[in-house]
Amino acid sequence: MAMRIVAETARVMGADRLLAIESAHIDGALYHGDSGTLFAEKLVEGGARVSVRATLNVGAIDLTGCSRTRLPEHEHAMASRMMAAYRQLGCEPTWTCAPYQAGHRPRLGSQVAWGESNAVAFCNSVLGARTNRYGDFLDIACAIAGRAPDYGLHRTENRAATVVFDVSSLDEAFLNADVAWPVLGTLYGRVIGNAVGVLTGLRIRPREDILKAFGAAAASSGSVALFHVAGATPEAPDEATALHGRPPIERIRVTREMVADAQRRLSTAEAADRIDAVAIGSPHLSVEEFDALRTLLRGRSLAVPLYACTGRHVLRLLERDGHRADLERSGVIIVADTCVVVTPILPEKPGAVLMTNSGKFAHYAPSNTGYSVLYASLAECVESAVTGTPQIGLQS
Amino acid sequence: MTLHGAVLIDGHEAAAEAMALTAPISFWGGVNPKTGEIADVRHPQYQQCISGRVVLIPATIGSSSAAAVLLELVHAGRAPAALVLHEPDAILLLGLIVAREMGLATPLALKLDRTHYAELHGRLVAAHRDGRITA
Repeated sequence: MAMRIVAETARVMGADRLLAIESAHIDGALYHGDSGTLFAEKLVEGGARVSVRATLNVGAIDLTGCSRTRLPEHEHAMASRMMAAYRQLGCEPTWTCAPYQAGHRPRLGSQVAWGESNAVAFCNSVLGARTNRYGDFLDIACAIAGRAPDYGLHRTENRAATVVFDVSSLDEAFLNADVAWPVLGTLYGRVIGNAVGVLTGLRIRPREDILKAFGAAAASSGSVALFHVAGATPEAPDEATALHGRPPIERIRVTREMVADAQRRLSTAEAADRIDAVAIGSPHLSVEEFDALRTLLRGRSLAVPLYACTGRHVLRLLERDGHRADLERSGVIIVADTCVVVTPILPEKPGAVLMTNSGKFAHYAPSNTGYSVLYASLAECVESAVTGTPQIGLQS
Repeated sequence: MTLHGAVLIDGHEAAAEAMALTAPISFWGGVNPKTGEIADVRHPQYQQCISGRVVLIPATIGSSSAAAVLLELVHAGRAPAALVLHEPDAILLLGLIVAREMGLATPLALKLDRTHYAELHGRLVAAHRDGRITA
């Protein structure tokens, strides 16, 4: 069945051959309804096993017990069966949307089949491994078959940038702030769609967590699977190389007004005078991001809960260093193996407002949680959680 | 009126009201898998239902879980009557490929240039297994 699915996809997408892959990242173990569980169990019953390294994206349940999911009994049981089925297929129980920070980093130029939109963007763009956007079912089918259809971003000629996204007219202080990058990513995704672009005009070299936030936002507002950053990502030592030596089809000069508009559109609750919760960690927080959170929090107690979503690879380190207990004492709710927009963790509360520093949470929270959102920097998120009211306009 | 599209995924012929989406959509986070309603508050057709309609999709964006939502819609009997895409999208169409593997009755998926979508919107159309769309 796995090979049939891979071959049928190849036919639909016009690929005339399959290529061998070295690894996979599986987005398919998140429960959306019983059909996905039944599919995974059908693979298990057929005796299928993955033939390459396959890490797992988030599930619908926090198996570490840090947080509680409000799934009804039937859904909880089916979600649990689904996570078990993917383990039985031989996948690694990483349960994170940041597998690239949990030790799964395919080498430059290697062929892989990755799912989950932010993981795909990071894998292609920051690591320079080659994957298309593998969705649920195709990701596990490729991991079992050890093969993927040869089309799209697996091929060198399709990895060239065709659009230049020039941020040189934005001021440096803005580009140095963490709040800038989910906004730029959202804008980039909206104007670029599914094209490959190269971001130019940066005078700084962005940290990995910055590229992670940018890619996640771009892959939410558009269908961005690969972006280049001139001077920072491996296939873009400079703009001309990213363009494969050809002139761009379009050059977008990003203005302050475009950025301000994109930032405004990330929030759906701008007039809010109180907040009900803060959520950070989409993609899952790294150790460095937890360090930044602890520095801003300074051991203070929170007036509203701050949900910090991460993977068990980071949770282990937090526990080892005693930080988990400190954070929980302040009122931080650590969420591992899953996150607050993919499964019901936030309390049901009509008219509630969620503050977040994640472009991806800002994008999906209104439809998936019912909360309206206020987008802000990490510093603003922490101060707002301490006071329970929006503290916007702080220096970050 | 007869338009000639191409078959992406074979399935059941359909005659139903055409619904042209006026903005790109992410099925995950954008469509309620239980009801078929558009759940993305920023989408211009928020709260309209895609179930039982010939849905014309100019572009897909966002999450790679679109196939799971489409499979769940098929499984729950809330799928569109047919899907018409401007471009083949593996992430979405996988939902139909897997639905067929699981023995479910699947809607037809056709490819048709999005320049035709506005004139089809709201009309009763038939999607045929040879790729034709008649109105």
